[in-house]
Amino acid sequence: MTSYPDWWKLVFGRFTLEALPLHEPILVVTFIVVALGGIALLALVTWLKAWGYLWHEWFTSVDHKKIGIMYMILGVVMLLRGFADALMMRGQQAIAFAGSDGYLPPHHYDQIFTAHGVIMIFFVAMPFVTGLMNFVVPLQIGARDVSFPFLNNFSFWMTVGGAVLVMTSLFVGEFARTGWLAYPPLSGAAYSPGVGVDYYLWGLQVAGIGTTLSGVNLVATIVKMRAPGMDLMKMPVFTWTALCTNILIVATFPILAATLALLALDRYVGMNFFTNDLGGNPMMYVNLIWIWGHPEVYILILPAFGIYSEVASTFCGKRLFGYGSMVYATVVITILSYLVWLHHFFTMGSGASVNSFFGITTMIISIPTGAKIFNWLFTMYRGRIRFELPMMWLVAFMLTFVIGGMTGVMLAVPPADFVLHNSLFLVAHFHNVIIGGVVFGVFAGIAYWFPKAFGFKLDPFWGHLSFWFWVVGFYVAFMPLYVLGLMGVTRRLNRFEDPSLQIWFVVAAIGAVLILLGILCFLVQIAVSIMRREQLRDTTGDPWDGRTLEWSTSSPPPDYNFAFTPVIHDHDSWADMKKRGYQRPLTGFRPIHMPRNTGAGVIIAGFATLCGFALIWYIWWLAALSFVAAVASVIIHSFNYDRDFHISADTVLREEDARSDLLGRA
Amino acid sequence: METATAQAQAANGAPVFYVKEDEHEHSGGSTMLGFWIYLMSDCLVFAVLFATFGVLGRNYAAGPSGADLFDLRLVAVNTTMLLISSITYGFAMLAMDKGRQAAVQGWLVVTGLFGLAFIGIELYEFSHLIHEGATPQRSAFLSSFFTLVGTHGLHVSFGLLWLTVLMVQVSRRGLIEANRRRLMCLSMFWHFLDVVWIGVFTFVYLMGVLK
Amino acid sequence: MVLLSPSGDVALQQRNILFASTALMLIIIIPVMALTVFFAWRYRASARATYDPDWHHSLPLEVVIWSVPLLIIIVIGAITWMGTHLLDPYRPLGRISAAKPALVVKTGDVAPLPKPLVIQVVALDWKWLFMYPEQGIASLNEVVAPVDRPIEFRITASSVMNSLFIPALAGQIYAMPGMQTKLNAVINHAGDYEGFSANYSGAGFSDMRFRFHGVDSQRFEDWTRAAREKGGPLQREDYLTLEKPSEREPIRQFRDVAPDLFEAVLNRCVDRARMCTRDMMAMDAKGGGGKEGIATVMTLGDDGNQRRGGQPLPPRPFVTAICTPTDVYGTAGATARLAD
Repeated sequence: MTSYPDWWKLVFGRFTLEALPLHEPILVVTFIVVALGGIALLALVTWLKAWGYLWHEWFTSVDHKKIGIMYMILGVVMLLRGFADALMMRGQQAIAFAGSDGYLPPHHYDQIFTAHGVIMIFFVAMPFVTGLMNFVVPLQIGARDVSFPFLNNFSFWMTVGGAVLVMTSLFVGEFARTGWLAYPPLSGAAYSPGVGVDYYLWGLQVAGIGTTLSGVNLVATIVKMRAPGMDLMKMPVFTWTALCTNILIVATFPILAATLALLALDRYVGMNFFTNDLGGNPMMYVNLIWIWGHPEVYILILPAFGIYSEVASTFCGKRLFGYGSMVYATVVITILSYLVWLHHFFTMGSGASVNSFFGITTMIISIPTGAKIFNWLFTMYRGRIRFELPMMWLVAFMLTFVIGGMTGVMLAVPPADFVLHNSLFLVAHFHNVIIGGVVFGVFAGIAYWFPKAFGFKLDPFWGHLSFWFWVVGFYVAFMPLYVLGLMGVTRRLNRFEDPSLQIWFVVAAIGAVLILLGILCFLVQIAVSIMRREQLRDTTGDPWDGRTLEWSTSSPPPDYNFAFTPVIHDHDSWADMKKRGYQRPLTGFRPIHMPRNTGAGVIIAGFATLCGFALIWYIWWLAALSFVAAVASVIIHSFNYDRDFHISADTVLREEDARSDLLGRA
Repeated sequence: METATAQAQAANGAPVFYVKEDEHEHSGGSTMLGFWIYLMSDCLVFAVLFATFGVLGRNYAAGPSGADLFDLRLVAVNTTMLLISSITYGFAMLAMDKGRQAAVQGWLVVTGLFGLAFIGIELYEFSHLIHEGATPQRSAFLSSFFTLVGTHGLHVSFGLLWLTVLMVQVSRRGLIEANRRRLMCLSMFWHFLDVVWIGVFTFVYLMGVLK
Repeated sequence: MVLLSPSGDVALQQRNILFASTALMLIIIIPVMALTVFFAWRYRASARATYDPDWHHSLPLEVVIWSVPLLIIIVIGAITWMGTHLLDPYRPLGRISAAKPALVVKTGDVAPLPKPLVIQVVALDWKWLFMYPEQGIASLNEVVAPVDRPIEFRITASSVMNSLFIPALAGQIYAMPGMQTKLNAVINHAGDYEGFSANYSGAGFSDMRFRFHGVDSQRFEDWTRAAREKGGPLQREDYLTLEKPSEREPIRQFRDVAPDLFEAVLNRCVDRARMCTRDMMAMDAKGGGGKEGIATVMTLGDDGNQRRGGQPLPPRPFVTAICTPTDVYGTAGATARLAD
């Protein structure tokens, strides 16, 4: 390690050949598989001569629908990585008993649980909800795109950049061994030397910029671009939850960025924000990170609540029960989510009054959340429920989420939290609400809006199989963790002494395998649906008898979404239009003003990612160069005033006529 | 607004479900709101830095305090520079409203010079402190001081870069709609930095010296 | 399940609160789950049940769905407020167990609580050090306490955050470097219990376990005597060696424990070259060390990094003690300067 000459350090920073994990068979095999898969994919794209198509129609696209779909693809890809981590952890914990160290030494295991948390939250759940919001919100509010289409593309590629950095850590160097929130002093330079925490910092920093900008974009879109007549209290509930979620994003992600920047200054410059000596205070990091971290939970769950609301009213065939209370509940949750962060560390020694305050504010959140559950419940009452896949996810969610809510309130009582904090009970709780709430919601949303995005439904057989594997797998995997938590088992342990615990870990591992089958069935479902797309074709644009505006246009929607901007008179505007005998306009089209695709987003995000990579490895010349290049690209892009074009009235007429043909056939 | 049309037509008979005549507004209308939201998110970054300074600002680690280090006269000059630059930017905007391109450019130059002076004085202050040994590494107080003031300085520097780019764009294209919008955004950014600096001046420098 | 049948009074009360809040929530959870299943079945499309697509609002129903959870939360909130204050880990115990309440001063007919046994705890990389200041002994990875005598843990850490957790005894509390947390508890049943760190702290975290023995007072005396007779020394130099990262350390006892060791650990000045945090804070409260204080920083190589499996790092800085002829340890240096 010491034999590298000075010029090497100048050129490659602290990167050395030892940083490549050639001596670790698991990683080498993984790398070979990933590399072969990657090469095969690249070869396929080249063979199909699809590079131009991908670049012009997708990568550089500013169309919110395509960006939304790309977010979903990113989410699925990262889900596979994050879930592989989960399987490895479950495997390790199931066998590391009675003196056995299992197959993952702490050095690996600690990276895996850190990566699992980071990936699942930032690069699976976030892309999923952002993707759905991106795709659906403009359609639901009758807009042709988001407020800032270029920014939307850039935000997506920054998220990809963050994901790329985290994935790179698998094969070049290592990832953080600190837990997903990287508490100092453990994550400081003194106790976590090496590149792991730096991968964490720059991965999240790059992705976080994207997320913040996408939040700004969607808030502006929802506030400014609603179709005429759609006042706030006539917005679809999903749009409401998207509005609240994006307000939360704008109001919290900067806090994350600043907090991680302070940690980076500690690590890179030797400052003393969170160090043990020279006046630093690690407890401040814990506070700051959770001021972001708790609202983050609601950033994820609110859009899922919105999906459930849409699914409930559509498949029960009636208006959502208690629209007003649903909206107020969402707003109350948004505000309260800022007043509860301390419940993540009751055990840090705050006084009893402080702990009680935060405990009680936490419980208060369960009131609006409970009201939401009742609203969905009474939407089912006297409905005519069609048990299509999204509706099944809704019922599974309602039954699962209330359990997670109950254990959440248990954890919110400080005296109870003193025994449950950091235990597997806590792990079970947050998986209960994130899987049972967010993931089920995302799958409901995918099944619900897939036909809108692609013009054909998802295959129900494989969908049902995936559903049952997921739901049963969830219970088998996480109920044992509740039990283990009550047995006093803490989280992030690499091996165990008490043999009586093993059976529970084995059951949990079986549950993880069932969830794996659920994921595989989901992938098969997509593949089968593509192959059977002609049988599954939806020509109406409204396969579920939908109630909101996205179902009024064709599937997939044309680039311009709506030939004419719709006018809204009531809630569930599409249901209202159908009831009142809406006739689709067939003539009188005008040219439509649309943004032009641009490669600037890919380029700037690419430089930003490169800059992050260079900073991680202390390759200062590259960091400076790529930073300058990124700024220069922004400036060059700003000189391009020719950013939009018109879709001619003829083109619109052709597209609309084509749709008329389809509708005629239906 | 369009709702009114729709309802008017609805009164004739069948309800109207789409806008026929009017082209839907694109991004221009949202820019101000979007930029305002961005500024608020940036404000939160400063909020974190202020909070950090609030918590750590007295942790001198047996080293120097603000009273030992700050030269209030220098900071007062610096503050004046930034405040004047805000006023001159205001003059640029007034000229823009009257469509006087040369005056706009002139005031932008003046603004830029005052901004440069501000950055120059700040860099002098920093280098002086570091030369004395009061480095950002010495104590949590100095870490939070350098970070808060430095982040503001970085923002001003980016503002200067942006200002330069905008001047080139105005000279090339004139005061077209897009450029007016951009000048407006930079204006909000510039005044925002001014407001933040007033906070820095008060909480960091004045209160640091007064104790 | 140790959390549901603990052996210490504090943990028992925590369990009772857990039970109470669960029971209260089940009042609403069970009907919701039952109704979900019932409505899903009753109103399935094929059942052709009553269909009322326009029914979407009902004021009385909305009042109920907001107020019933509100009422339950009010009750749980009240329990939380009281429970959090009564079971605050910093609060001295009010009773030994439900059967043995505290001294009632006016009647005076109940025996007063015994004086708490003070145990100073240091979370090290990756082992636990327990010091008994009254007994003058210390113990590694093992803590022994007499049954039915209040215990007052005073907790700190040497490097990173950990959490002291003995599930059978009481809830956990973080152990943090440079800070002291407290935990008051009592063990009611003799036995051998498990304790561990409940906050991830690095590579050796999984083995950061210790045994907690609740014993009668005679056996406690025997154990302390044995430690005094057979234990090794624990002066500052010994501690600095012990502090270095290591895993799976065997249980052992110490005698000759430096009386100010815990204070020194807490103030991060076991190494006498370092200025104690309390002196530093005292100086900072008076406006810091001035420009001359700039020079009081030294750096010292820290082989902890390499031991943690990382690359060697540039040395970390710390503030040096300021010594005077009358105070070679420098602890009075701060005071001297402040007198100016």
